[in-house]
Amino acid sequence: MAVNKDIKFLTNPNIGKNRQKYCRFKKYGIKYIDYKDADFLLQFINPQGKLLPRRITGTSLKYQRKVASAVKRARHLAILPYVTDLLK
Amino acid sequence: MRNYEITFIIDPVLSSEEIEDAASTYEKHLIKEGCKIVHNENMGLRQLAYPIKKRTSGMYRCIEVENQSSDFINKVELALRRDERIMRFLTVKLDKFGIKYNQDKRAGLIGKVKKKEEKEAEEKARLEASRAEHAAKTAVAADAALTSSEEE
Repeated sequence: MAVNKDIKFLTNPNIGKNRQKYCRFKKYGIKYIDYKDADFLLQFINPQGKLLPRRITGTSLKYQRKVASAVKRARHLAILPYVTDLLK
Repeated sequence: MRNYEITFIIDPVLSSEEIEDAASTYEKHLIKEGCKIVHNENMGLRQLAYPIKKRTSGMYRCIEVENQSSDFINKVELALRRDERIMRFLTVKLDKFGIKYNQDKRAGLIGKVKKKEEKEAEEKARLEASRAEHAAKTAVAADAALTSSEEE
């Protein structure tokens, strides 16, 4: 008979847990978001070229506004598309 | 003092001299309006994310200027709007973080963060190089030992 001590967990205890989200701008001290840097801005838009919500990226409100304006500037300059499919 | 950044896209169909001419026209225009040019960056030919005026690529130019007032913007933007060589333009006022960012970028402090795999590959290459060097050294030493023993 298996002793209770041998079976510690029936399932991986880390599976259901949500990883703590954080604001990368606050964490790494990024103060300015460059609208010419397409590769960086790609992290904040979905495959259709739409802005990702804060609840997914974890960005704080202050920097989400800056991200949004940077993406909009990049779209005007044709660095990012307004509408597409399969961007990433 | 306020810093502004003017980015514009020049029609790529023009010859390189004409493109250079278009860019320098606006640089001169800005100087004439009393601006101090902080930096003039040629971002080169880039693929557009969507076609503009049936063109799929464009020459990007970015000029950072410093001025006391914002009166010059209307005049420069009017000239940019009238110019057929310019496909798009954008004027942005830089905050203190933007100025700092641009300075750091010019100094080469801001670059691509290396990915983990690239880093590992680099480390590997360095290790192999040092190993090869070490092997060469020992080979030389062995050679020397051999020759000396032969002399004996």
